[in-house]
Amino acid sequence: MLEAFAAVLARDLRLAFRRKGDVAQVLVFFVIVASLFPLGTGAEPNQLRAIGPGVVWVAALLAAMLSLNRLFASDHADGSLEQMLIGAQPLGGIVAGKISAHWLVSGLPLTLIAPVLGVQYDLPAEALGVLVLSLALGTPVLSLIGAVGAALTLGARGAAVLLALLVLPLYVPVLVFGAGAVTAALIGMPSQAHLSLLGAFLAFSLVFAPLATCAALRIAHD
Amino acid sequence: MLKADSLACERGGRLLFRDLGFALPPGTLLRVAGAKGAGKTSLLRILCGLATPAAGTLTWADEDIAGQREAWTRRLAWIGHANGLKDDLSADENLAFALRLAGIAATPAARAAALARLGLEGRAHLPTRVLSQGQKRRAALARLALSASAPLWILDEPLAALDVEAVGTVTALIGAHLAAGGSAVLTTHQDAAFDAPGAQRVDLGG
Repeated sequence: MLEAFAAVLARDLRLAFRRKGDVAQVLVFFVIVASLFPLGTGAEPNQLRAIGPGVVWVAALLAAMLSLNRLFASDHADGSLEQMLIGAQPLGGIVAGKISAHWLVSGLPLTLIAPVLGVQYDLPAEALGVLVLSLALGTPVLSLIGAVGAALTLGARGAAVLLALLVLPLYVPVLVFGAGAVTAALIGMPSQAHLSLLGAFLAFSLVFAPLATCAALRIAHD
Repeated sequence: MLKADSLACERGGRLLFRDLGFALPPGTLLRVAGAKGAGKTSLLRILCGLATPAAGTLTWADEDIAGQREAWTRRLAWIGHANGLKDDLSADENLAFALRLAGIAATPAARAAALARLGLEGRAHLPTRVLSQGQKRRAALARLALSASAPLWILDEPLAALDVEAVGTVTALIGAHLAAGGSAVLTTHQDAAFDAPGAQRVDLGG
């Protein structure tokens, strides 16, 4: 299990490193979307503070979705996925490795760059801290749920649209509690309840998303 | 010994074949023949456990392989129609990953020897994106040189896109595997390459 996890994680990170453009695309999209809002809505500090948490979270969510298509589709197209299904290693470890690699090249950079974008919205320091924390808890959920969607839409025509329709409703709770935590911190309320719920989502999807992904991959190859 | 009993396969509501049975003792080769679309690849995918047959059973050493998928696939070396190579990785990196997935330990020197055997010396560290079709196929087949521990090889058109010399290398690899008591199931359009004595043939017609 651990061997499969380590092998797939190392391979996918190496592939991401060889294709830096794909990683940059996610980050550039995030920065551009989050930077255009202040330009469009005007530079009134109170208004910016009010929309900041939501805008940064929506931009992060859409950016994380951008790279979901590629999660299994390229391995499916070139036959690597078949080899993974037939290999001696348990599929659970392989899937966990792929999801972790996806988070490391999409969710993690988004989380690290988010404070810079938060400053554009004049968010105070404690709200920035909560923003990072909420993204650190929330973006792994995006990768985990996204993997289920990516596996289910594998090989389907118009997979990208189908994936968005399938996955976005499941992302809504993460968005509500993620942005809610930052807003709470902004108005001086405790944000612990929101963060705890995000943590619960993370724990839940850590257990069930890899199982569902494995099942969906097997069905896609039957 | 691999045994198939009254296998049937259905694809898209169409019956591809039924009542297919064979027994494959150690050291023998099974050639799956048939026209395009007759279900050759579907049969191989059923043997791999990737697809489930519409009817019939498959047993290995008198044990049904349905329901013990991971124990079964550990015994296989599968080379499909697609090469399973990542364009951005070198032939050596692809081979190392494939072997790790298959649970086969191999030193860098052993990998280099395997790639050299398939005629890829000097190209083992180039991204496979720059290799020709034949070279890519050979990079995928290089894992057979290190897969002696897998008792059953399932190969879908292993000789496609290969030149005469590489066909010789691959048939020699398969021959050595059979001589060592392994067995192999494959599809090919090159009849001459596999008329070894004792080779079985299943014709799916079409």
